[in-house]
Amino acid sequence: MSPEHGAAVAEALTRYIFPNDLHVHWSLMIVLYPYITGIVAGAFIVSSLYHVFHIRALKPISRYSLIFALAFLACATMPLLNHLGHPERALNMMLTPSPTSAMAGFGYIYSAYGIVLLMEILFIYRPTLVALKEKAGGFMRGLYTILTMGSDNLSPRALALDRKVIAFLAGIGIPMACTLHGYVGFIFGGVKANPLWATPLMPVIFLLSACVSGIAGIILSYVLIRKFTGKPVDMECIRTCIKFLWGFFILDFVFEMLELFSHAYMATHHWHTLRELLWGPLFGSYWIAQVGIFSVIPFFMLGWLSLVRLRDTTVRFWGSVASFMILVQVLLMRWNVVIGGQLMSKSERGATYYHPGWFEKEGIIPSIIIMIMPLIILYILSRIFPLWQTDEAAAGEETLG
Amino acid sequence: MMDMDALQQEINRDRRAFIKKVLRGTIAGSLLLVIPAGAMDLAGVPEQIPGMRDETGPFITGKKFAFVVDITRCIGCGSCCVADRNEYQVPEGNYRTWVERYIIDDHDNVYVDSPNGGLDGYQEPRTDIPYPVRDTFFVPKLCNMCEKPSCVQVCPVGATFQTEDGFVLIDQKRCVACGYCVQACPYSVRFINPKTKTADKCTWCYHRVRKGLLPACVNVCPVQARKFGDLNDHESEVYKILHLPHVVSVLKPDMGNKPSLHYVGLRREVV
Repeated sequence: MSPEHGAAVAEALTRYIFPNDLHVHWSLMIVLYPYITGIVAGAFIVSSLYHVFHIRALKPISRYSLIFALAFLACATMPLLNHLGHPERALNMMLTPSPTSAMAGFGYIYSAYGIVLLMEILFIYRPTLVALKEKAGGFMRGLYTILTMGSDNLSPRALALDRKVIAFLAGIGIPMACTLHGYVGFIFGGVKANPLWATPLMPVIFLLSACVSGIAGIILSYVLIRKFTGKPVDMECIRTCIKFLWGFFILDFVFEMLELFSHAYMATHHWHTLRELLWGPLFGSYWIAQVGIFSVIPFFMLGWLSLVRLRDTTVRFWGSVASFMILVQVLLMRWNVVIGGQLMSKSERGATYYHPGWFEKEGIIPSIIIMIMPLIILYILSRIFPLWQTDEAAAGEETLG
Repeated sequence: MMDMDALQQEINRDRRAFIKKVLRGTIAGSLLLVIPAGAMDLAGVPEQIPGMRDETGPFITGKKFAFVVDITRCIGCGSCCVADRNEYQVPEGNYRTWVERYIIDDHDNVYVDSPNGGLDGYQEPRTDIPYPVRDTFFVPKLCNMCEKPSCVQVCPVGATFQTEDGFVLIDQKRCVACGYCVQACPYSVRFINPKTKTADKCTWCYHRVRKGLLPACVNVCPVQARKFGDLNDHESEVYKILHLPHVVSVLKPDMGNKPSLHYVGLRREVV
């Protein structure tokens, strides 16, 4: 046996994973969970840029982004419930929570955020809903009565009060949206046994990627919905969104790389495991897909779209392409963190594999269904809450938001 | 020297005694099936953990249990794994305990394997090692019963809990099978049981310990590589091992979990 051959055989044979580590417990469902909550948090940030920070250009999508956030929020627990071995006991997390658990807070944070989001929507839409109620009959009238909380009062004094409530809700909504997703990052970042997850930067990276995915989701869906409904796209709004997307993505991508660089530079014994993972089973999904194709390319595209004066059609098309790529980047990032982290055995000697099946309970088809659900809910919500202010202007209604 | 007849007689006498014992056992066993378990009389079974039968309260008091694995003794027979599987009917592919085989060659490469968790024992030597073998040993693994268990910390519903006497247990009626404890355990001793759809792991045979019996794996180990006892009992073997100058260590000490599972002769290659 030649020395090289011997070394190669030895290298291959020294891999060992603990027998219980063969199975990856957190499946595609747990990839989708932070993906969906991230989109929720990010979409809310877009709305807040208008409602709290008064970025006027974002007015056309300020309401839409809230409805968009609500549609995704409604589906955030679906992958979790599908994942649990005993979903019928899920509410125990809120009824008998263990105070030391990083996971036990989710129900409370999620519900509290859901209430704030819903209340903000109801207050912003109240004048619209009152007007719609007057025109509606039967079931829809009853629904609008509930949604307007029984108040038809549109006097200047009532609207001024509404504005105060909206400002307050949007104000506390920002830290809550940040908490929601920073906290999801902490669920992973707090697992000391997993060297890929256990970093204080995890909540930061999750939060920034959440902002990025939310803005990208809003841009892409706004352009597509407007196109398919034959309505014009507000180009100033899109250009502003693209600038924000670029800005947040710079932070997001830089932090992702800094995190890796810090690991590499400190080179603790964990780095040995991480390096084997990132240059082994994750090479394709991390270096080639997440970093190479879906980070670097949209990074330059967004810079080009933000800095160079381009024609509207160019911005609309390439802005949508870049947004789509960013959405893929964030999904890949979730995959590489959630699945990648579990591929490493705690034996520190090898990695397992994970290929989701199409039809298994937590496989690809259920994932696709779960990702389509928010879009269906968005459609249903759009029947109740007009998505665009221009629709209302046409109907001659007073707008608040 | 004993002649053949005498030897045969001896064997026959042993055989008769053996059959008698089996019959007695069968009758006693059948009785156990008809008598309610609560009324089970352990009077005939010797107490293996001194003082345990005096414990009457819901929690064991005044005891501090420790588990010691002596790596220098383990022969990799897999009896412990068989006993464990029989005790708990663990579904295939999941392991409450397992035995690893370590081989170190003269190039300092470390080869570890644990086919079927060592359940079938290590009857054949490895022939695929490219260099001459320098050293080899077995390492049994089980729940570390941490003093600061990360599984208990992360469980969102309190299904995984720590008893006052230091055992880390799982309430199967509360567990939602979120899998957070599986992720949090640095030792990978946990799994989601496909039958019960709840988290599962080694309990150091809490149900046996409560009745004054040793854990099943300790009971069957033919070379006493697995030891269990009360550290407050200064006559116990585990107390003596941990308090006399031995090479004793725990797994992944920098995790800060403070395991109550100690290893005699632990090697630096072991993770």
